[in-house]
Amino acid sequence: MPGFKKKGSQTVVFEKAPVITSWASIVGPKEGEGPWGQEFDSVLGDYLYGEDTWEKAEKKMLREAVKLSLDKRNLQVDDAEIILAGDLLNQTVSSNYAARELARPFLGLYGACSTMAEALLVGAMLVDGNFFNRLVSATCSHHYAASRQYRFPTEQGTQPTPSTQWTATAAGAVVLEWAGVGPRITAGTIGKVIDMGQSDAADMGSAMAPAAADTLKTHLNDLERLPDYYDLIITGDLARVGMAIAEQLFIRDGLSPKPNYSDCGVLLYDEKQDVDAGGCGCGCSAAMLCGPLLKKMQKGEINKMLLVATGALMSPTMAFQGESIPGIAHAIAIEN
Amino acid sequence: MNVDAKQMKKIEMQEYQNLVDQIKPKPDILKNSVWAFMVGGLICGFAQVLVNYLLSLGMSRTDAGSAVSCIMIFLAAFFTGIGVYDELGKRAGAGSIVPITGFANAIVASAMEFKREGYIFGVGARIFSVAGPTLVFGFAVAVVVGLIKVFLSS
Repeated sequence: MPGFKKKGSQTVVFEKAPVITSWASIVGPKEGEGPWGQEFDSVLGDYLYGEDTWEKAEKKMLREAVKLSLDKRNLQVDDAEIILAGDLLNQTVSSNYAARELARPFLGLYGACSTMAEALLVGAMLVDGNFFNRLVSATCSHHYAASRQYRFPTEQGTQPTPSTQWTATAAGAVVLEWAGVGPRITAGTIGKVIDMGQSDAADMGSAMAPAAADTLKTHLNDLERLPDYYDLIITGDLARVGMAIAEQLFIRDGLSPKPNYSDCGVLLYDEKQDVDAGGCGCGCSAAMLCGPLLKKMQKGEINKMLLVATGALMSPTMAFQGESIPGIAHAIAIEN
Repeated sequence: MNVDAKQMKKIEMQEYQNLVDQIKPKPDILKNSVWAFMVGGLICGFAQVLVNYLLSLGMSRTDAGSAVSCIMIFLAAFFTGIGVYDELGKRAGAGSIVPITGFANAIVASAMEFKREGYIFGVGARIFSVAGPTLVFGFAVAVVVGLIKVFLSS
């Protein structure tokens, strides 16, 4: 029967909620120095990770995060029936090349910085739909690889503005299974692409905030829930500017998620770390989820969490052609 | 989309822009200007000291100017190479972009960045990826000014 598990307009509710049985995170040096440095599985000593380019380093981070997530559950790479991954680089090269080396069936995804939630949403549907028993959802980003593609050469002396965000050097991987022990993905909301005409390439938060607000509102409406149903509602990488705007939009929509609302981009770094508005990138929400957040769920400090991962679907080409920056946000509900 | 819906969307976008303008922190113009003035001034002041020194050695003004340009370009390239110039640029903004050293930084930074794609499709093809517009429009203006001079003096 079509539409069986769909509830409301954009939300899916999983019948036998897929279990997050294992997860792993690898972060760069700057993220390691941040407030959650101790919570990640591995902190890199340098940005090249033994490779000769940023892109290859990013690919290696993703590959190793996938391996580590399986290894933590005493599984081999071959035990993953399918890998879902995406990243920020053109042609999602980090994911494609990591998948080449992992040699497992692979679906490449792109949702800019919302990719972690997208991979978990698709993964949970594949598991709950009885297509696969075990799969890995993963994503990554690398500060310098993203910087040279989206902005300027890394050694160029440019001045950031207070709304500029720092792309996280981080990778996260989650093992999703049909049965097992761990937090479960109970529902997910697929976001719409929303564009409110923002075009400042140094301010992704303002471009993404409307998408985050729309997805959150839709999620709560579809499931007839109030914000306080969740112990924590966390957006992906709105950072300080985007988060402040999102809070205003929530209030406009009649929601007041505070005090249970936060943002991975705000949390990932310390304000003293010279990151202006905060963190961004696929790895930002992925590392926060696969580091401190899932650990807190495991310990029972958080029991119901809604991750609203946000993505700015920015393209330098389209920006030069005068287009504004569309945003997207996907939500996944994780419950113990 | 009918006209009403378009109009609504436009109003909604304008309202959102107002909200963004209200919340988005403005760059600290005073602090940035002071930094730009000091750093830009120091770079130009240092170059002037070099010019004066070369003049005192008996070099002509034209030769001294060319020599100092070369020295400043070398220094900017050197400090870009050791990863210092971009740190300076974060604070100084226009102060380190506008002098000739900023131009050198843009070219060397591009060369360093794209070396990994090889010497032809990397360095060769993309060395002017940032500085290119300055060159193109610099040449264009030079041609126009040159033509005007030719017509005026004939």
